[in-house]
Amino acid sequence: MSAEPDGPEDRLRRFATIWSRAVFPVTSTSSTRPEFEERLLPLARLLSEALRARSFDADAGRAAGAALVEAHCTDPEALSRTLDCVDAYLVLYCGEDGDREDLRARSARLQHAMAAGFAQALRERTLTEQEAIARAALEAQGVVAQALHATEARFRAVFEGAAIGIGIADLEGNVLQVNGALRRMFGLSEQALRGRSVKEWVHPDDAPQTWRLYDELVSGEREHYHLEKAFYRPDGTVLWTNLTVSLLRDADGDPQYQLALMEDTTERRLLNLRLRYEATHDALTGLPNRAFFFERLEKALGAGEGQRFGLCYLDLDGFKTVNDSLGHAAGDRLLVEVADRLQACATASGEMVARLGGDEFVALTTGPETERTVDELAARIMNALLAPISVDGRELTVRGSIGIVEGPAGERSAAEVLRSADITMYRAKSAGGNRFELADPEADARAITRHGLTTALPTALDRGEFFIEYQPLVHLGDGSVRGAEALVRWLHPQHGVLSPDRFIPLAEHTGLIVPLGRWVLEQSVRQAREWRDRHGGEALGPLRINVNLSPCQLTHPGLVQDTVEILERTGMTPDALCLEVTESALIGADDDLLKPLRRLAEMGVDIALDDFGTGYSNLANLRRLPVSVLKLDRSFTQSMQQFPADPVDLKIVEGIVSLAHSLDLAVTVEGVETGAQAEQLRILGCDTAQGWYYARPGPPDRLHELALVDATG
Amino acid sequence: MERPAWAPRSIDISAPSVSRMYDYYLGGSHNFEVDREAARRAMEFMPGLPKIMQANRAFMRRAVRFAAGEGITQFLDIGSGIPTFGNVHEVAQAAVPDARVMYVDHDPVAVAHSQAVLEGDDGADIVAADLRKPQEILHSPEVLRLIDLNRPVALLLVAILHFVEDADDPYTAVAELRQALAPGSMLVLTHASYEGIPLPTERAEGAVDVYQDIRNPLIMRTRDEIARFFEGYDMVEPGLVPMPQWRPDTAPEDEDPYAFSGFAGVGRTA
Repeated sequence: MSAEPDGPEDRLRRFATIWSRAVFPVTSTSSTRPEFEERLLPLARLLSEALRARSFDADAGRAAGAALVEAHCTDPEALSRTLDCVDAYLVLYCGEDGDREDLRARSARLQHAMAAGFAQALRERTLTEQEAIARAALEAQGVVAQALHATEARFRAVFEGAAIGIGIADLEGNVLQVNGALRRMFGLSEQALRGRSVKEWVHPDDAPQTWRLYDELVSGEREHYHLEKAFYRPDGTVLWTNLTVSLLRDADGDPQYQLALMEDTTERRLLNLRLRYEATHDALTGLPNRAFFFERLEKALGAGEGQRFGLCYLDLDGFKTVNDSLGHAAGDRLLVEVADRLQACATASGEMVARLGGDEFVALTTGPETERTVDELAARIMNALLAPISVDGRELTVRGSIGIVEGPAGERSAAEVLRSADITMYRAKSAGGNRFELADPEADARAITRHGLTTALPTALDRGEFFIEYQPLVHLGDGSVRGAEALVRWLHPQHGVLSPDRFIPLAEHTGLIVPLGRWVLEQSVRQAREWRDRHGGEALGPLRINVNLSPCQLTHPGLVQDTVEILERTGMTPDALCLEVTESALIGADDDLLKPLRRLAEMGVDIALDDFGTGYSNLANLRRLPVSVLKLDRSFTQSMQQFPADPVDLKIVEGIVSLAHSLDLAVTVEGVETGAQAEQLRILGCDTAQGWYYARPGPPDRLHELALVDATG
Repeated sequence: MERPAWAPRSIDISAPSVSRMYDYYLGGSHNFEVDREAARRAMEFMPGLPKIMQANRAFMRRAVRFAAGEGITQFLDIGSGIPTFGNVHEVAQAAVPDARVMYVDHDPVAVAHSQAVLEGDDGADIVAADLRKPQEILHSPEVLRLIDLNRPVALLLVAILHFVEDADDPYTAVAELRQALAPGSMLVLTHASYEGIPLPTERAEGAVDVYQDIRNPLIMRTRDEIARFFEGYDMVEPGLVPMPQWRPDTAPEDEDPYAFSGFAGVGRTA
């Protein structure tokens, strides 16, 4: 706006300039001073017009005062300077030619009004802004709270819903918060858990480092630790947990809380214990089983110097009879009762009772004085069995045989000790039972040999430890060698040459007799073939080979086929072979058992009935058997070694020979030791004989020589 | 639901806020007694603090007008604080009617207040974010909605960088923002410094200590350190200067001596 120099407009602007210069330094406006002056100019005009208005109205002053606040002159100093400025210059620059007195009065009233207007506007602005910022703060808090609430809700859901137990405690150990899983684990309410001290939860099974780790954590030396820990529940049961405790620090890194995460491992632990229990205990009696017993025995045997052990090996006498007559359920009840009584016998520390299986129990005592305690233990056991046991309304008398082994730790293995106890127990049993015996090294050794032979048998065949000796069969009529009996021997690496009675029963028992028998058969037939080849056959007549068949081999389904194959392989005819079967093996034999023998007989293989006269000789039965030779047992011929022979024996032999011949059976006698004997038997009509008189069993070459002598002599 | 005892409290109006203190320095009433108390303590050491704030506002006003005059219509004001008067959107919209202004602040109260002030203004918005996390700013839905990063933007970092400690790597943050901006964008920056303060440094340190006390450390940087924020920008004349000297509308000699505290500058990307 252009203004006439020193005209009213120019004077008004000069007033505004002065005003703006006075106030600008105390404003907070971001405007420049000239811009600020432009804002003041309308206010100056308002004041100027009010000053000179026909009818005075002070409201213009109010408006101007309020406008100052609007122009961001909120500092009271701005009002003070404004009023100074108005007081000094308004009338001067804007009064024109009005009455000075009147103008000054109006100026004063305008100033009062300005002050009031300023104050009211500032008050309103202040209140508005305060309200705005308060609302903003509230809103911001709301937003933050909402976000926090959402986070918290999520967090809380995780916390509450977690399957793992979570608890928070302060560093003094006071529990601040726990989740549902943890409450359920402890079986306690939140109220009951909160405020409790972590430090109360001491348990006897706490690992030694448990509370040291805790102290390190709460003192800030450790960030977390992990261990297995047990807690008592209010009902006295034990809670086992997999526990991880972490230290929570605040924003400045200072330790603040401890956080515990725990997993309930009680069930798993119980299961493990149960599995362990089941693996180490007998299901029927609940006693420790063989495995557990061995563990303990090994521990006892591995104990330090001065420590000894004592072991009672108990086997009930006649338990099989109980089982057979009263049934297994009754037998089981009997065993349970026996187990209970035994358990009561071994209650001292270092003592235990176990069931090894069947009706076999062991009791173990350990310590430095087992020489005494084991005897007492055995006596207690015998005593415990005295009272009859009531099963199904019957009073059963139970007796037992006990083998006792006692000795210092560190000398023998558990297996050796148990074997010795077993052997000793059998000794007690064979001495009539209902007693205990102390282990005796010599008795052990005998039994151990038997045991050792049994275990060595299978490898002996593979290692070629068996060999065959031959004992000639001599024709009584002309004294010629007609054949030989094959007799197997075992050249044992430790025990030397063993005769068949030492090991054939063992081989029978283990089933090794089948391969062993097959080997003997094959070797013998081969040998017969060799003799035939060397002798040129016909000149001397066929040399027959006698091979023993054990009862086991008789029932073996491969007998006929094996025999046929061996004969074919060696190129021998069946009539070169005689199989000897004991009379006892054929007692009560049915057609099924006889069928393979019959097949062999039909083929031309001779079957000899060995040891005739020792068993229950059913003479009528002889017809039915596919035998062609009777071998009289040596007991019939023994008396003939003396002269004169027992006439009864002579009669019997004569009768048997006559009977045999009438059934078309040849008769061979064993055990011929003297020439008189031989002569007598020849007179009685026996066909062939074998015995020391002719030759002891020997290597195949010996027989060869004999045969040659016989042939040439 | 009960708040867990260990959960952090997020908003605390019992602690002073620098944006509300700023409002108080400018004569506003958007503040609480804690803010005023802290501001008054700082003013005991530096009575002219309000003049520094005022100079900041005046510089910002000139810079926004300058940017608008150079054809920029998008403004990204980080650390906008409490909108008192003469705000960027008012200045910008006065110069360019379709100007778009995006405010960013991490003070929830400032954000809430800004939302109230900006309600109904389609050309301006506020997002709660932190200068120390530039990617969060650049990828916020509000920024993506309002600002076209393919066109030049005036990035305002007015009186904010001196609240970012070196540990939080303000240079990288500023560089990341620059890399997101289209060529021709501008950086409008002011920064506190001991240089230019019309007081012995020991006294100024008293005020700095107040900010330390309220856990909002004020990082005073040298001119060289401040100049480094403009790496990648060409300085607009007259360069990095005391605030009153940057393209003044009136003679700088008339300004309050405190207004010369710290530095202001505008840079432009090639």
